[in-house]
Amino acid sequence: MKILVCISSVPDTTSKINFIENETQFDKSGVQYIINPNDEFGLTRAMWLKEKQNCEVHVISVGIVDTDPILRKALAIGADQAFRVDINPMDANQVAREISDFIKNKDYKLIIAGRESIDYNGGMVPGMIATLINANYVSNCVSLEVNQSNFKATRETDGGKENISGTLPLVIGGQKGLVEEKDLIIPNMRGIMMSRKKPLTIIEAKYQTFQTDTVKYEKLPPKGAIKLVNPEKINDLIDLLHNEAKVI
Amino acid sequence: MAIVVYLETEDGNFKKSALEVSSYGRKLADETKTNLYGIAFNSSDPDKIRKYGIDKLVNIKTDHVFDARIFADLLSKNFKELGGTIFITGSSADSRFIFPVVSILLDASYATNVVDFPSGISPLVLKRSAFTNKGFVFTELKTKYKIIGILNNSYGIFESERKLEVKEYMAESQDSNLQVESIKEDEEKISIADAEIVVSGGRGLKGPENWDLVEDLAKTLGAATACSKPVSDMGWRPHSEHVGQTGKPVASNLYIAIGVSGAIQHLAGINASKCKVVINNDPEAPFFKAADYGVIGDAFEVVPKLIDGLKKFKSR
Repeated sequence: MKILVCISSVPDTTSKINFIENETQFDKSGVQYIINPNDEFGLTRAMWLKEKQNCEVHVISVGIVDTDPILRKALAIGADQAFRVDINPMDANQVAREISDFIKNKDYKLIIAGRESIDYNGGMVPGMIATLINANYVSNCVSLEVNQSNFKATRETDGGKENISGTLPLVIGGQKGLVEEKDLIIPNMRGIMMSRKKPLTIIEAKYQTFQTDTVKYEKLPPKGAIKLVNPEKINDLIDLLHNEAKVI
Repeated sequence: MAIVVYLETEDGNFKKSALEVSSYGRKLADETKTNLYGIAFNSSDPDKIRKYGIDKLVNIKTDHVFDARIFADLLSKNFKELGGTIFITGSSADSRFIFPVVSILLDASYATNVVDFPSGISPLVLKRSAFTNKGFVFTELKTKYKIIGILNNSYGIFESERKLEVKEYMAESQDSNLQVESIKEDEEKISIADAEIVVSGGRGLKGPENWDLVEDLAKTLGAATACSKPVSDMGWRPHSEHVGQTGKPVASNLYIAIGVSGAIQHLAGINASKCKVVINNDPEAPFFKAADYGVIGDAFEVVPKLIDGLKKFKSR
């Protein structure tokens, strides 16, 4: 069975978030890019399926050439092939359409994306792909089992969980729970060497029109200094929460 | 042209987020001089929404399993029948499950995590939380149909009574190849997504046996309980309580962190909360830089006193 893992290249969590060009562009300088954490949980789950059920794992990203290092990392982790749609994506709809076009007429039974990316936090791409390719869809996916034609998955809801089963093809929005943090694979030297020989295919982008525009960015308002409350006078805290912050 | 809001229900009752979504919709309808319509599934008391500015409600009765495709299909069809141009929804896990599907069915542009009333209406520009709460982005929606997903607790609930017209119908059954079994965690518990107050515990609490502190404080405040990543990784608390970048997002009015050091991933996930309180015996804990109020002290001494004080405050 062939699995496609969709990967987004995002600024590392510890990156400073700054904007330039009169707050109309994200400042990429000095920013370290990583595989979106939610996608990495999904990629690791795919590696387990490769190992135990002999699946073939492909990864895809929509992005310009600076996305290549994270695709190489995915190959070093163990993916068999990588694809990159060569365009700087402007919105989720564009990403979903490019990936859906790529999927059509190929026999991917399982498409794994992350619940959301940690940069724009849209959380839309997996649901959009599922709709465009007419596949089943599970978001906030915390567990997944598949065989040749069926799946069993668990979706985390606000107040509990849902066990969902059905037929493949399936698109998931994955997250922690698919695998745990300790299960994430750090590429070894052999993996890194092998990744250089694996194919990374560049695909021409098809969609140049966008449904949305980024008008500008804004930084968080500066945070006021913390007010410390004497632990011996804890009623002062209740007073502040009630009269000043007005939250109780 | 009309504004349409999706009003989520739980066990037949409108969720708090439904009231917030309709309040937001009412203001937008007033500003654009148009009507505000609502769509709900299985509301057992549709009249309850009268106070929140809805002119007409379509209440769809359905016994379908929760298949996102079917619910998105029903929402899209009714939106078009109502003559909708802007569709407004909340940010629950279910909303965020269905609306990416709706956006494709309607060919609508969609902005999630919206934190404010539109900064411009024509063109429609929305302020969204981005970079996991480390910044904002203003997004213009450019298509004919538009979807606004507002973050919980970001706008507020305002009353505006209207002459509510209710249309009710039974949805035709559609084929689904899915089997869905719902497991509710705990009927009594408030979910992190819906909570106005969240009380969270970290490694500083030393072990799962000490979680009475967190639970008692949460109970006193009517709050949801949460925990940091190491706590869920060590199995002290269920994963569903983990909040932070890779856990559940929090956008409460008040967030109280007990014995949580405040790793950057944790802070990113809870930063949308309006007021943050930290209780920790380590004055060097990074959380003190992110919080509005802090208590440097032993949680095992401070929290029981806080619970006592709050009980007295509540009975005042």
